[in-house]
Amino acid sequence: MHFEYKVEGGDFTLAGYASSQIKKTLKQLGVDPAVIKRVVVALYEAEVNIVAHAYRGVINADIQPGGITLILVDEGPGIPDVEMAMKKGFSTASPQVREMGFGAGMGLPNISENADSLSIETEVGSGTTLTIVINFK
Amino acid sequence: MNIKHSTYHRALEITENICIGCSHCIKVCPTEALRVFGGKAGIHADWCIDCGECYRVCPTRAIRVMDDDFNKIFDYKHRVLLVPSVFFAQFSESVPRESIYNIIGELGFTEVCAVEQSVDSLIDEINEYVKIEEKPVISSFCPAVIRLIQVRFPSLVDHIMKLLPPIEITAQYYKKRFERDGISDNDYGIFYLTPCIGKIAAVKSPVGGYTSPIHGVLNMDYFYNKVYLAYKQRIPITKTIIINSELSSKGVLFPTTGGESSHIKGKTLAIDGMKNVIDFLEMLENEEIKNVDFLEIRACDESCAGGILSHRNRFLTADSLRSIASKIPDTHNLVDKYKNYCSAVVHMDKIEPRSMVKYDRDIEIAIKKMENARELKLMFPGIDCGACGAPSCEALAEDVVRGQADINACIFLRTIFEKRGEITIKEAIKIMEEIWGKERFDKND
Ligand code: SF4
Ligand code: SF4
Repeated sequence: MHFEYKVEGGDFTLAGYASSQIKKTLKQLGVDPAVIKRVVVALYEAEVNIVAHAYRGVINADIQPGGITLILVDEGPGIPDVEMAMKKGFSTASPQVREMGFGAGMGLPNISENADSLSIETEVGSGTTLTIVINFK
Repeated sequence: MNIKHSTYHRALEITENICIGCSHCIKVCPTEALRVFGGKAGIHADWCIDCGECYRVCPTRAIRVMDDDFNKIFDYKHRVLLVPSVFFAQFSESVPRESIYNIIGELGFTEVCAVEQSVDSLIDEINEYVKIEEKPVISSFCPAVIRLIQVRFPSLVDHIMKLLPPIEITAQYYKKRFERDGISDNDYGIFYLTPCIGKIAAVKSPVGGYTSPIHGVLNMDYFYNKVYLAYKQRIPITKTIIINSELSSKGVLFPTTGGESSHIKGKTLAIDGMKNVIDFLEMLENEEIKNVDFLEIRACDESCAGGILSHRNRFLTADSLRSIASKIPDTHNLVDKYKNYCSAVVHMDKIEPRSMVKYDRDIEIAIKKMENARELKLMFPGIDCGACGAPSCEALAEDVVRGQADINACIFLRTIFEKRGEITIKEAIKIMEEIWGKERFDKND
């Protein structure tokens, strides 16, 4: 089952809409609450990342009996150093680090912790695509 | 619609011959547990969380509270009534407390006790609990909130405080006292005067592996009328009653908004009113709320002052409680006694989620059904008119894929089918009569 949500950069009021909708859907499907929690945390973090750091983006969610695949494609600055962005503690990095353009990678460790698999494709100056997979069992 | 037309639920019942099928209730239910069929409202008992929102809006009083029969008290020799502080706030301050006690005695009780007597020691227990448990701790005070979390926010059940609410601790206290005095189990009956149906459900089917010692629950609205009538008629007082009115200002205010959270150390919030509660829990579940230690969450606007069986305006009731509290000290004579044994009885087990199976337990089937429901929803007009007997187009779509309603129940689609000649006017009217009851349309003939 497929869902698509558009995300606008800078619109914090609507940030969290996609995660709320997906959460509602997974609850109705009777997915284990602990799994739903991981999906919501990962997706919310990724969604807010787009709002905070990109110009716009699209979230595609595909729900299958075995799990959910979330693909978040944004048009934005990209992440200059993915390896660094994946380091724990980076999400609490100083504002200076953020200004250096690392911002778009904020929260990646948290997403990765909650996901069964996370892949990142990024091009500086053009955008980032995150693919998050979370299994239901 | 062939929804199992259940009209019975633990704490409330729809009286068929009074229900006019007006559909007001189906619109307010936070779990969409109500439908109209055959001109009458019916409840999906599994989904109901005993919040009483439907009771509030029913214009004909067709929704009946499943309280216990008053005469049940006479099955016991010692008849104790646990009275919550909101009960006294139902009366204007000109009615002397003494008269209220005497009338309660005259009506048949041998003893009255203040429900919130246990609050002072409970507050200490909560403070200890909050120190060590995962935060934020959600208060276990309001049964409707516990049930809402079980059904709609299952991922939050572990945050619900595993401590009993004041009513149960107080009930345990009196049970112990009777035992200590060697009074046999069959000789005493503990009754609770409730401001809401949630508390009825909580006593009759408690959560957290607990069994309540309370023998019966009485409707506060009903009892208020009984007492006030006796007061107005100045009935002669011939009986005596034992009064255990020990209560601190903390106890009086505990059932009001902020009356609990204000005593808990750390960062706390008090949230009341069903809509606010749902919005907040939604955010909490998304982990948007950080660094909060304790949450007092109550289903009713103005907490128990706004309970459905509180007959007086909620703001006046809350004001009355504040005024009562301002005149008494912040501790009472039984506090030490309660402290001695509270920690032994106050704990309960983990609360389990109560999943609301919308489509199917098998996820593969559930996904297929949900896909069908999404397609159906696109066909419906999306105005949530309720003319199908369901609270929203989405709810009808779900009912259809569950096999509990027919797509023709939608008045818009029905009109289109009629235009296309796919169904006859006669059939269309029959469907309408099936949903809303035949009699409703007879008057137009
Ligand atoms: S008590 Fe609450 S949950 Fe139950 S049917 Fe009424 S409105 Fe719905
Ligand atoms: S706020 Fe009080 S009266 Fe209202 S449902 Fe909860 S416990 Fe009952």
